[in-house]
Amino acid sequence: MSVTSTTVMRPPTPPGPVRWLKKNLFSTWYNTLLTVLAAVFVFFTLKGVVTWVFFTANWAPVTNSIKLFAVGQFPPDQLWRVGTILFLVSFLFGLSWCVWGGTVRTFALTLALVFGVLALLPISMELTLRLGFLANPVLTFIGYQVGRTPIGKSLWVVLGWLLSFVLTVFLLTGIEGVNWLPRVDTGLWGGLLLTFLLALVGIVASFPIGVLLALGRQSSLPVLKAFCVLFIEVVRGVPLVTILFMASIILPLFLPEGVRIDRVLRAMMGMTLFAAAYMAENVRGGLQAIPRGQVEAAKAVGLNNLQIMGLIVLPQALRLVIPAIVGQFIALFMDTTLAIIVGLLELLAVGRAVLEINVEWKLLNMEVYLFIAAIFWVFNYAMSYASRRLEVALGVGER
Amino acid sequence: MQNEKLDTAEDIIICREVHKWFDDFHVLRGISLTVKRQEVIVICGPSGSGKSTFIRTINRLEEHQRGDIIVDGIELTHDIRNIEAIRREVGMVFQQFNLFPHLPVLQNVTLAPIWARKWPKDKAEEVAMQLLERVGIPEQAHKYPAQLSGGQQQRVAIARALAMQPKIMLFDEPTSALDPEMIKEVLDVMRELARSGMTMIVVTHEMGFAKEVAHRILFFDEGVIVEGNTPEEFFKNPKEERTRLFLSQILTH
Repeated sequence: MSVTSTTVMRPPTPPGPVRWLKKNLFSTWYNTLLTVLAAVFVFFTLKGVVTWVFFTANWAPVTNSIKLFAVGQFPPDQLWRVGTILFLVSFLFGLSWCVWGGTVRTFALTLALVFGVLALLPISMELTLRLGFLANPVLTFIGYQVGRTPIGKSLWVVLGWLLSFVLTVFLLTGIEGVNWLPRVDTGLWGGLLLTFLLALVGIVASFPIGVLLALGRQSSLPVLKAFCVLFIEVVRGVPLVTILFMASIILPLFLPEGVRIDRVLRAMMGMTLFAAAYMAENVRGGLQAIPRGQVEAAKAVGLNNLQIMGLIVLPQALRLVIPAIVGQFIALFMDTTLAIIVGLLELLAVGRAVLEINVEWKLLNMEVYLFIAAIFWVFNYAMSYASRRLEVALGVGER
Repeated sequence: MQNEKLDTAEDIIICREVHKWFDDFHVLRGISLTVKRQEVIVICGPSGSGKSTFIRTINRLEEHQRGDIIVDGIELTHDIRNIEAIRREVGMVFQQFNLFPHLPVLQNVTLAPIWARKWPKDKAEEVAMQLLERVGIPEQAHKYPAQLSGGQQQRVAIARALAMQPKIMLFDEPTSALDPEMIKEVLDVMRELARSGMTMIVVTHEMGFAKEVAHRILFFDEGVIVEGNTPEEFFKNPKEERTRLFLSQILTH
């Protein structure tokens, strides 16, 4: 008997939004009821929000204090430094877009778009500031073009970002006694600028420290292992607020006379160590998920312990814990608001200060806090989005 | 003295009275074995008899507590340099393949030559492609392990081990995790390898393969070598009762 294969067509699915509506919203009588109730609820909520945002709310405290929200009390005549850093970031985003493509493209374009919109905002603004904003998208595209030259290699881009970090710190602090780049006290740093710096330093520094702690915790050297376990468990057992207090008040008491660590730096150290302990536990989770056979196979082909860790175990372990790590970065970003209690004027603190500026603004906390919440949401969503795209690109969960 | 030197030239693996304990459990109870260059040895025996543990002591994936193991003139001690030197000369293929899932096939094969032998990338890739051709899957070079069938994965694992140009290959139940229709493709590669003169120790229950390829078959039980002989003798005239029982169980199932 011969078997002939006949192609059986899959029955066509009726297309169209009507079918979708029917299937998902009006399939049964109670589903229909729920749909109608939800629609009514959404309508009235939206109506309330829109009316409030566009007609009732008084955005004066926000629009009149944009500079405070952005950079705090940074000297106005030195704002070109912040602008230069933004130029650098825009340029590097353009460069990265050309070299890496993918999600970076989305971010580079969004950034360019945001600056473009800022430049065209219909509010009173100095012409130089407007032109400065306008220069950012231009620099992004210049960066993109530069990326097409032989400079457009991953190595150079990474080096560029690292260098920009050093340059940022250097530009913001300045040098004592130099006329064109005077020293700016870190106490004057504030607003979104400070929030960014705290979060960025925390993220960049806590990651390697956390990985090292996780590896140390698995070490066979008893002293190293004990130290790592002790550090992780002590830090995890203490609230961040306590650590910040310790860093800013108690630490100076122990330091020798004449040695003083900057206030912002102390907060950064506190946050970094706090985040590192949690990072270590996340990474440890990933390390434990790697089957023993991986290490055995790597040993059997003659790799040494360092190579096994760096080439086989860590790449797989870190990939597994991307969601947890990004979740922690987001938490860290929001934890920067706690710096308010050691007297740093980060974004939230600026919000509170703004309410005190004008007696008429005293009751406008709704507007101010909503504005701050929106800023936090935008950046957190960006991180969350980047993480999802990274997971897809690296194929997490497909094995 | 003269004799001793000759021995190490001819005998590539020398095990003398090897003992191993897992806590209180005495897994290996005095294994003595000498393997000559180009010899193919098949080890069989019931599960828990210590056969896998034994071949894993040869490249120090398991540590032995008493006795000596000398591989290609290097004695296995706690010295990590000796261990790494031996691991570069001894390739191993695992039951569960243990390919590196985050790297494409080609990089699975080139990784060790590049990092442990310090070969330039071009040379490593050239050799890797030759090996993938030898095991019959050059067209899969740029796929990830998860995209391959079990038989293909095991063949990549063999190529990965061969890339270090080892003098000895250890196989730890290489076909036990495979679907029946894929066993042959892996055994074919191993046959070809044996014919090319590779020194091999194979833990397996594939008795057809053993009959055809092995120079000697060893029967392990309860941590000792119960019996070792040429395939003809081993299957025709097993001397020990335990061997006979085992053979009757696996040959008639």
